[in-house]
Amino acid sequence: MLSQLGEGAKFLAGGQSLIPLLKLRFANPEHLVDLNFIPGTSFIKEDSGALHFGAMTRHAEIEHSTLAKKIPVLHDCAAGIADVQVRNRGTIGGSLAEADPSGDWANALITLNTTVHCLGTDGARTIPLKDFIKDAYTTALAHDELVTEVEVETPPKGSGGAYLAFKRSAPVYPSASAAVQLAMTGDVCQDAAIALGCVGLTPIRATEAETALRGKNLNDKTISTAAEAARSVADPQADMRGSADYKRQLVVALVKRAIQIATRRARGERVEGAHLYA
Amino acid sequence: MKIEKTAVHISVNGKPYAREVEPRMLLVEFLREACDLTGTHVGCDTTYCGACTVLMNGLAVKSCTMFAVQADGSEITTVEGLEKDGKLHPIQQAFGDSYGLQCGYCTPGLMLSAHQLLSENPVPSEKEIRKAIAGNTCRCTGYMNIFKAIELAGRNMKGA
Repeated sequence: MLSQLGEGAKFLAGGQSLIPLLKLRFANPEHLVDLNFIPGTSFIKEDSGALHFGAMTRHAEIEHSTLAKKIPVLHDCAAGIADVQVRNRGTIGGSLAEADPSGDWANALITLNTTVHCLGTDGARTIPLKDFIKDAYTTALAHDELVTEVEVETPPKGSGGAYLAFKRSAPVYPSASAAVQLAMTGDVCQDAAIALGCVGLTPIRATEAETALRGKNLNDKTISTAAEAARSVADPQADMRGSADYKRQLVVALVKRAIQIATRRARGERVEGAHLYA
Repeated sequence: MKIEKTAVHISVNGKPYAREVEPRMLLVEFLREACDLTGTHVGCDTTYCGACTVLMNGLAVKSCTMFAVQADGSEITTVEGLEKDGKLHPIQQAFGDSYGLQCGYCTPGLMLSAHQLLSENPVPSEKEIRKAIAGNTCRCTGYMNIFKAIELAGRNMKGA
């Protein structure tokens, strides 16, 4: 249907980013194709080492899902997006397809092996999330292609993750966010994935920070080294949420805390990773 | 530009409303202008303040951030639907008893956010109340009396 309507048409998922953009006249589609009435597009399933989320699964459904809690970073992310009202409408597929640089899902999911299932007039395909997000508000999706499912590989035993965002208040976009996923053996970090949100046009993988943790005993010193490495790859814009330096400082603090929470979770501790407010 | 209208059937506070609306009409405009239910307020119109919060099938949503056509076939509850037979809903009563409002502009939205919370969790902690109303901005009260009102409403509803 969207391809029949032509280039001026756009899909509407939860609408919690798109409708405000329409009001600001930042987006001017001639037609909207509402995806909300299509059955079978909202689900959370587990199979062969992965969780599968239907594209239209609401943030609130993920927040309250016991399956999603198996991967703590998912629960952190879902439970911290905006406020109750937005979480009741907004969807995981819509968030990824919108690719807002300040969005939460892309940054949280990029620390996991995440695959985006897409469907268009040329058929279905799967795209790794790291190749799906191209630029601010730009994805690998063709104009008439949509997201059907988000597949997240379950991390190996001994893993722990955390997603933390710093916000001035609940409904606003975060000033900065950090996602950390660790695989641990005792106190030694076997593998690490660290991503920074809201401090670049897309989520930024802090690969040097990851290298600073791999094979190391995690203590205050190694964690600080990693957080400083993360600071150097952050590329924030000064705006009403703070200066670029302020946001770099936030990145350091968020990465440290997220590593600490992820480490404790990898040991099997239950740690609540609430978002931080100014 | 001529815009074709679409038929919608929306149940608002238990009463069916059948209207022909432009697809671009927001749900809050539908409630205020097509149904004459002006208890739902437009505050920021940018998905921030929550003054327009209503329940759609029991869940709190910002009615300025969805189109009326998206509510087709659903059940909406607005602040007008809280009182029954001339008797205030326990949430309304508690907001009054606890001085949980001053100017009242944010109050309908807050009461509906409180409604979703208390229907899922009648005895919320202060932290849970904070999380539940984080999407509702009040510029008068400083929130403390609103927390008290929601706690009181929960106790009264549990006893009901």
